[in-house]
Amino acid sequence: MSFLPDMRKWGAAEIVLALSILILVVVVAVPVALIFITAFFVDGAFNLADVTAILTQRDTYEALKNSIIIAFGVTVISTIIGVFFAWLVSRTDLPFKGTMKVLFLLPFMLPSFIGALAWKMLLSPRSGYINKMLMGLFDLQDPVFDIYGYWGIILVESMYLFPFVFIQVCGALERMDPTLEESARIAGAGLTTITRKITIPLIMPSILAGALLIALYSLAHFGVPAILGTEAGIYNIPTKIYEKIHQSAGSFKAIRAGTVLASLLVVSAAIILYVQSLVLKSGRFQIIAGKSVRPVALKLRGFKIPLLIFSAVYLLVTVILPTVTIFLVGSLKTYGLSLDWANMTLENYEYILFTWRLTRDAIFNSVYLALSAAFVTMLAGVMISYVIVKMKPRGKWLLEFLGVLPFSLPGTVIALGVILTWSGRFGVNLYNTAWIIFVAYIARYMAFSLKSNSAALEQVHDSLVEASRACGATQWQAMRHVVIPLARPGMVAAFFLIFLPALRELTTSVLLYGPTTRTIGVAIYTLNEDGETVYAAALASIALVIIVLGQIGIKKLTQARAEGV
Amino acid sequence: MSDTGHLGVEHSGVVLSGVTKRYGQVTAVSDLTLSIGAGECFSFLGPSGCGKTTTLRMIAGFEDLDEGEITAGGRLISSSAKKFYLPPEKRDFGMVFQAFAVWPHLSVFENVAFPLRLRKLSRSDIEAKTREALTHTGLAGQERAFPNELSGGEKQRIALARALAVNPQVMLLDEPLSNLDPKLREEMRFEIKDLQRRFGFTIIYVTHDQAEAMALSDRIMVMDQGRVRQVGTPLDVYNSPADAFVFGFIGLSNFIPARIENGAAHAALPPGGWDGPAIGPLTRDIPAGLAPGPVTLACRPTEIDLLPADDPREAPRGVVRRKAFLGEIVDYRVALGSTEVRIQRFRRDPSFETGQAVKLLFHRLLWYPA
Repeated sequence: MSFLPDMRKWGAAEIVLALSILILVVVVAVPVALIFITAFFVDGAFNLADVTAILTQRDTYEALKNSIIIAFGVTVISTIIGVFFAWLVSRTDLPFKGTMKVLFLLPFMLPSFIGALAWKMLLSPRSGYINKMLMGLFDLQDPVFDIYGYWGIILVESMYLFPFVFIQVCGALERMDPTLEESARIAGAGLTTITRKITIPLIMPSILAGALLIALYSLAHFGVPAILGTEAGIYNIPTKIYEKIHQSAGSFKAIRAGTVLASLLVVSAAIILYVQSLVLKSGRFQIIAGKSVRPVALKLRGFKIPLLIFSAVYLLVTVILPTVTIFLVGSLKTYGLSLDWANMTLENYEYILFTWRLTRDAIFNSVYLALSAAFVTMLAGVMISYVIVKMKPRGKWLLEFLGVLPFSLPGTVIALGVILTWSGRFGVNLYNTAWIIFVAYIARYMAFSLKSNSAALEQVHDSLVEASRACGATQWQAMRHVVIPLARPGMVAAFFLIFLPALRELTTSVLLYGPTTRTIGVAIYTLNEDGETVYAAALASIALVIIVLGQIGIKKLTQARAEGV
Repeated sequence: MSDTGHLGVEHSGVVLSGVTKRYGQVTAVSDLTLSIGAGECFSFLGPSGCGKTTTLRMIAGFEDLDEGEITAGGRLISSSAKKFYLPPEKRDFGMVFQAFAVWPHLSVFENVAFPLRLRKLSRSDIEAKTREALTHTGLAGQERAFPNELSGGEKQRIALARALAVNPQVMLLDEPLSNLDPKLREEMRFEIKDLQRRFGFTIIYVTHDQAEAMALSDRIMVMDQGRVRQVGTPLDVYNSPADAFVFGFIGLSNFIPARIENGAAHAALPPGGWDGPAIGPLTRDIPAGLAPGPVTLACRPTEIDLLPADDPREAPRGVVRRKAFLGEIVDYRVALGSTEVRIQRFRRDPSFETGQAVKLLFHRLLWYPA
């Protein structure tokens, strides 16, 4: 099957191929290309002077610097936390380590901007509850903590990002061939030598892979810096782009400055992913076991209980405390009241869910957008994966490249690209409608869908299709009765991999929302900005409930499916 | 306990006394007593899950004992009664694992030098001993290579060199060749044997491959379900398997159900089987003390002759059911009553066709309780 099919024979295969290319070009290639064109070309001519002018402006330069400082700090701290806890639950005799492992993954579920909101309520210098409590307790004049600043941003982001490293390292430690360590013991090495010379070097690629993902994520992260940095005048690239576009109500000049900054993000992301591929490519880290013997757990002895308490306290502080705070503040009659039963009310929730148009719209928009984007992206992903995995046309690398490109593109960049593409330039103007967010979500989550669907389709061996064809099935019948049923788990996984993050999305939609098209994330963010802290918290509580219910639903569904097979 | 300890002191090899290992309800190794001589090449042979690897890991020090004790070179290394376990890194053994376990982040040289560096040898000593080990394993010139650039056979040579580098008294080999292709496997067997001859270490070798155990070992221990079935030289084990399990595990085998009747040295084939006169050769060789009643006759496919049906010799009759030409060997399945017997003859022997009536001449039969 050739990349440019014979014009005389436009069968189903050629249409599918053409459609796949068309979708990826329209949804991914054009927006990305427009960002670079807008950044580097003025009136059709290459123009570097403006780019340097924008980059040398103090505020853009500061934003770049801040993005790097924050990303660096977050990467270092969450890597340390992630590696430590991963080692603790997979290589020691820590009690309840199975449960602990699940609990350490909880921060993945919590949107970090909601976490930031909670920490603001606890630790802001003027009204943070912990600050007020400590000042009252010890009769202090000044607040003890100030969450607004680099440390606040870095610590809060780290709390929610460390699972990236945690998952990677747990996986590596569990899959690692235990005889690699046993042969070092036989050779005469003690546990510390083995850890230092064998274990750590061998899991280094996993540590790096997780750390680079965190760097990539943090560099382009909007929520936490927006909530905790703006107050102190700290902008990173995404918040600076937002500020510029928001202040000028979407003027072209602001968008152009945004594209220059966005190009910086794209370049840094490309560098990060390149480094990652270099690290993972060298085969010097093949550590997967042939046959598996459970590695001997390190006996913690006297440290067992202290480390268990430490882990529990960590989870209590980073997961339970912020969540409880959000629910409590969401129930307050007015922000600033003490957290007494007397000051609590359920009216906020009632108001948000049933009365206030803005929040009702936001919940509806988020659910609706997440469902439809997940469904459409899942279907498109099946088709494109089928083309890549099964039809194997010449030039399939282009499809693969375009499909996974958005994975490395920060949400802010995608939002800008979508604005440039769908604001009337090509005769279609979706600006200020929900459609523009829908299109952006498809671009943003296409990589998830492709990964999940390709993996599932790879499992469907060609001979299964050939066997059905040999039995007399047409290509379509083979597809319907053999391929689709076998690939269904991948499709279901893709749907949820998109639905859940889309539901809580903030970074992209905050640049795209119009008066009636706020998402839950945008609504929480703007309510907080407008000082409606209580309503922001109440809406955040509802979002958390939806997210948790969604997670439980998926678990139930995938379990039922697994048992059904 | 004291007399086994006494035994240990005098014995310079590896001695296990009453060793038992349980995992929950499952007894992986049951009351194993064994003495492996210094410089001996000793194999643990058995199907997967028989306890052979668990036994080796207890000797290595990776598993504690539930009962019993182990000594090596007269020194107590594991004792459940004394709750004493010398850590693996202090036992000074060499060990080679099935999955190679060479460290992918270290060069060939660094892999082999690792145990030497831990022993704080001088730089020149490390260099010399590493090179020597590499030369003995045929890896000279590959010092700078990394394991991922090498083949499976070469990786296993690194593992061997690494174990060899510290000149251990005891070498533990856990299915070291089963990840290699058959040709290489045969070659490596001889190399391991050669190294042993040169350095004189004791080999304890775990394998599920009976041919490998035969080719390498001075003695073999056949294990099943955590228990010892037989300990003996390869010849012993092959010629006089202690029981039907050992017979079946070593080489190709036929089991024919039969009976000893009226205390007489007479066996019959099961009802519905061959209904001819008294079974000539089967009346011979009945071991004394075998109780009347059902027995199992065991024989190798190569130790049965096929004769034409009109041969004058007295022998059980059968019918050729299937015939497969395997090159030098012709593989027959012959119906003998309700039993199917596998017979292997050479290409040059007289040939029989499917459906043809034949006589079976058993050269050697072993009798086991049914």
